[in-house]
Amino acid sequence: MNHPHHIPATPETGTTGDDHGTPDAPNSTAAPAAPAAPDAPNPPDSSDPSDTSDARGAGGTAPAPARPAGTSANGDRAGGKGGTGGEPTREGNGPAGEAPLPHPARTPPAELREKLATRLGEAARAWFQHALEEAAAHPGRHGPISVWELRLAEAGRRCGPAGADAVRVLILHAARAGTDALTRVYFQGTADERRAVLHALPHLVTGPDALPLVEDALRANDTRLLAAALGPYAARHLDDHAWRHAVLKCLFTGVPVDHVADLERRASGDAELARMLRDYAAERTAAGRPVPDDLHRVLALTASAAPDREADTPHGKES
Amino acid sequence: MRIFDPHIHMTSRTTDDYEAMYAAGVRAVVEPSFWLGQPRTSPASFLDYFDSLLGWEPFRAAQYGIAHHCTLALNPKEANDPRCTPVLDELPRYLVKDKVVAVGEIGYDSMTPAEDTALAAQLQLAADHGLPALVHTPHRDKLAGLRRTLDVVRESALPPDRVLVDHLNETTVKEARDSGCWLGFSVYPDTKMDEKRMVAVLRTCGTDRVLVNSAADWGKSDPLKTRRVADLMLAEGFTEDDVDQVMWRNPVAFYGLSGRLDLEVADTGATHEGNSILRGGE
Repeated sequence: MNHPHHIPATPETGTTGDDHGTPDAPNSTAAPAAPAAPDAPNPPDSSDPSDTSDARGAGGTAPAPARPAGTSANGDRAGGKGGTGGEPTREGNGPAGEAPLPHPARTPPAELREKLATRLGEAARAWFQHALEEAAAHPGRHGPISVWELRLAEAGRRCGPAGADAVRVLILHAARAGTDALTRVYFQGTADERRAVLHALPHLVTGPDALPLVEDALRANDTRLLAAALGPYAARHLDDHAWRHAVLKCLFTGVPVDHVADLERRASGDAELARMLRDYAAERTAAGRPVPDDLHRVLALTASAAPDREADTPHGKES
Repeated sequence: MRIFDPHIHMTSRTTDDYEAMYAAGVRAVVEPSFWLGQPRTSPASFLDYFDSLLGWEPFRAAQYGIAHHCTLALNPKEANDPRCTPVLDELPRYLVKDKVVAVGEIGYDSMTPAEDTALAAQLQLAADHGLPALVHTPHRDKLAGLRRTLDVVRESALPPDRVLVDHLNETTVKEARDSGCWLGFSVYPDTKMDEKRMVAVLRTCGTDRVLVNSAADWGKSDPLKTRRVADLMLAEGFTEDDVDQVMWRNPVAFYGLSGRLDLEVADTGATHEGNSILRGGE
């Protein structure tokens, strides 16, 4: 079945009059660890999977893969002379066991930049510094592609996957990318680049113009995109119907609701969300399947009093 | 045993295949862009496909503990269709992406002038982007096709040690090896190479610069052929180190020339406990 996330079309039984969008709760909804690392990452190069016995029976449910050795990508004869290729920069990962970087969407760029700088190896830090300066100096397009878009594309191999989200967000910030540029980069981007654009939205876009990007990501089946789509920007601008379906989709796909920014504020007093959650719980129970713990958690939040409905959260609060 | 399948079209395969591949020891794959069986009619169709190779497919692979990279190109067959060739203008912006580890599959299908043009242009793109190239050799008139391929490689800006010529067999391996290119062999249930012939070729030409792939796709093919070859190698007296060289170190070395190989399987984060594909399919 390849349409796993078709949310059953739940007819809206009239709205409940909740039009979320109040500044009641601060945006400090207990920022969870960066989405990429909710579980302790396996140490790199930890084991040599030279024995397939460990692999047998690794069912589809989250095989804990033995990490292949040789991530250096420098085999015996890798004479890597690489134009734009360059050498793999695994150094960018920082020492193992270090705390994860702060959340790229929920951390002011200046602070993110400071934390990131201490984590990058020397070559990666120099590259990153240069990329920021270039982006700040040449934010516009010249030729078919702007230089910061190239930097955005290669950030993963230059700085290592652990810091790539933060690096990309900061490059977008340095280039002062607006909705048009963000839209172009998103739709021309890899999944990693798209994720970074989503994380950058609360820092760069004040109004709802960039919602189509969020909506696109919410349609995706890639759970990393789904998690990134539900950051502070979505919390501010997503309408109730879409927001409720996004929360439900998290429960369907196993995305921890910790990724949903401002969950408490938006869920509280939402009777329609409560109905959807109860229906989903009933469906799971009827099928003899467990009800996800997160469902009970969100359901409990809906039972709390609706916050005051005032003006929208001030834009740019996270930045 | 660790296996790197350097040429497999996972877009055409199921999650059962991913599971079986992981169980057999496959920990990394490279998916070259190619023909879909049904002809494309516009560059936009290529772009969606490239996006998928850089987005959805690596996500799927990671859920099964397999690192996924891709090679991008206009394939030889569709290089003959003027509706498709404008995709060559779009390739540069894709070739800068992380996880693109070569330009490919390029090469000859029917050896037409249009294929000459596309092959030469894309070898140049590889050189311009610091990427190696995966070059398909034709199924029909294979030896002549190989010779013409090697001629074009020699005239290109890309040195032969950054070129992998694929789908070789007994009749083409010697000239390919003498050219200094890397040597790819596709092992299929009925066509191309089979396990026994593959092991025989390894015995005569050695394990140096040799890569073995399943080239599994939407046709009759088997994503576990790499493991079958490895098992037969061991049964016929090759050492575990020989197997590791062919099945892991050689592909790592070749695609490592890109500087973009990242063999740590990306943590898919949210799905660590609940595979979204399985969960949703419940």
